Amino acid sequence: MKNLTLHLGLIGVLFALNWLLPAYQQGNIARVMVLATYAMGYNIAFGYTGLLSLGHAMFFAAGMYGLALPMVHLGVPAGPAFLLALLSGGGLALVVGLLALRTKGVAFMIVTLMFAQAVYLTIVLATKWTRGDEGFVLPQVARHLFGLDLSAPSIRYGAAWVLFSTGLLLTLWLVRHRTGRVLVAIRENEDRASLLGYNAHTHKLGALIMSGTLSAAAGAGYALLFGNTGSGFATVQYSILPLLWVLLGGAGTVIGPFLGTLFMFYLIDWAADVTDAYMLIAGAALVLLTLYAPSGIAGYLRKRVWGWLA
Amino acid sequence: MQFGPHLILALIEGAVLSAALALMASGLSLVFGVMRVVNVAHGEFYMLGAVIAALVSGLIGTPALGFIAALILAPLTVGLLAAVADMTILKRLNYDPDRTIVATIGLLYVLQQGTLMTFGAVARPVEPPFNLRIALPWVGPTDTGWGLIWPWGLSVTTYKLFVILAAIVVIAAIRYAMKHSRVGLIMRATQLDRETAQAFGIPVGRVYAGVFGLGAGLAAMAGVLVVPIQQAHYLMGGDALLLSFIVVIIGGLGSLGGTIIAAIIIGMSDGILSVFFSPILAKIIATLLVAFVLIFRPDGLFGGKRA
Repeated sequence: MKNLTLHLGLIGVLFALNWLLPAYQQGNIARVMVLATYAMGYNIAFGYTGLLSLGHAMFFAAGMYGLALPMVHLGVPAGPAFLLALLSGGGLALVVGLLALRTKGVAFMIVTLMFAQAVYLTIVLATKWTRGDEGFVLPQVARHLFGLDLSAPSIRYGAAWVLFSTGLLLTLWLVRHRTGRVLVAIRENEDRASLLGYNAHTHKLGALIMSGTLSAAAGAGYALLFGNTGSGFATVQYSILPLLWVLLGGAGTVIGPFLGTLFMFYLIDWAADVTDAYMLIAGAALVLLTLYAPSGIAGYLRKRVWGWLA
Repeated sequence: MQFGPHLILALIEGAVLSAALALMASGLSLVFGVMRVVNVAHGEFYMLGAVIAALVSGLIGTPALGFIAALILAPLTVGLLAAVADMTILKRLNYDPDRTIVATIGLLYVLQQGTLMTFGAVARPVEPPFNLRIALPWVGPTDTGWGLIWPWGLSVTTYKLFVILAAIVVIAAIRYAMKHSRVGLIMRATQLDRETAQAFGIPVGRVYAGVFGLGAGLAAMAGVLVVPIQQAHYLMGGDALLLSFIVVIIGGLGSLGGTIIAAIIIGMSDGILSVFFSPILAKIIATLLVAFVLIFRPDGLFGGKRA
């Protein structure tokens, strides 16, 4: 009950902020909500199932290009294109999962890294359609959903809020559901979970598909709401960032990915004003977090203040 | 130029790449073999080697002197830096595989972005210490029937030959030391069983720091050797890391012999693949190959069964 109140409270506060924030911050928080959705997707695999992937950018990119390519080249409207994006993310996760889940631990990390690199290079190779590194801009006329102009600041914020809230509530539902508990059991001790009669492989594959689909939803949302695409979103950096956000916020907590994304977004935003080498902050944060705070902000809160936090 | 001389040129370039790659990948393989640590920051140690070489040779005017100084200073500095990173970061994580990977990713960004802040974003060339051009002969029709001809452009520089030779000498020395010296014995004992080695009085902590430093030093040396051919740039670590990963995985994780064979194959085929496919397509094939080797042949193509 406390859990539901806290998360609904967060959703409520974010809803109200649409009318309270100045224009610049409104845009920033909309971006944070979309990226936090990506982090929540990553969290399902890493935080709850213990699958440390170094290649989630491929799912984010699958969503981004799964939406943008049909929209620009085939003239598909935004709604169906969003569904196509979810399908490409989930489909890619299915294929990658069937192959990569034959490995564990370090090998799994490297295999996901290599698949993501192959996806990135494929986007660069198909420059004719994707415009490679430079990317392309989604025309404003196409960025309409149910008659609403998604490029208008307030509507864009609202759409990001819907995406984020859906992701948050789905994650909350999942982790309180039986399946979520089995995933945690697999994370803690895969052999024991198998011994108890749960099919670990099927559960991991399912978790990866959910994770990939949610990440793709975030990628599609990003392209739709902010209008730009580019192969940069498929690089290793975009696989490392969700890991960083989830670690900072607290892996295996529902609210953690949002907290991590919020803090890191403003930290990097501030650092980018000071120096070109803003990723230095991300690197230092990764080292310090693994050393001193492996359970992150929400993990700390759960340990010290809110023992009930999901 | 005819096909034959062209092929010879591609083979020479391939041999130079193989040499640098073998050196760098041996370091990665050594660290994985002894410590079971996948060092994602390995490419940045290579980059640091190249950058230090550019700085040192900039300070010392004479190319030959500057090069010799860099060849000594860069591996030492980078090795020391890596040993410190091992003692302050990796040791505290108790070498847990997942957490060390995340920490070395962090280290990667710290080193790369730190270089961007200090060294800048420009690529800097380094003059090779010696660079004599040796023309190579080829068999072809002459005025008096078939004989030796000297096609224009078919040549190799002494510096490139030196890179190949240097890599062979260093790798041979390391393999010899691993097999026959006391230090090598201690390293192999630690690799086989960390706890038993500790029980026999081997200072495992210091061995780990030393191995991590040695691995990084090898990468830095590869960087110094390559920089007169390539130029030093703060982003050069990424591609190098990817290639060494490919080499180490195909050669079998932690097997030095397999690593060297794989370095030769990958280095040689890199140029040849690029002839048939676009460079990007060649990279896609290579990355997918690594993924599939890890999935279906986790011991590598030449690893065989290990204990």
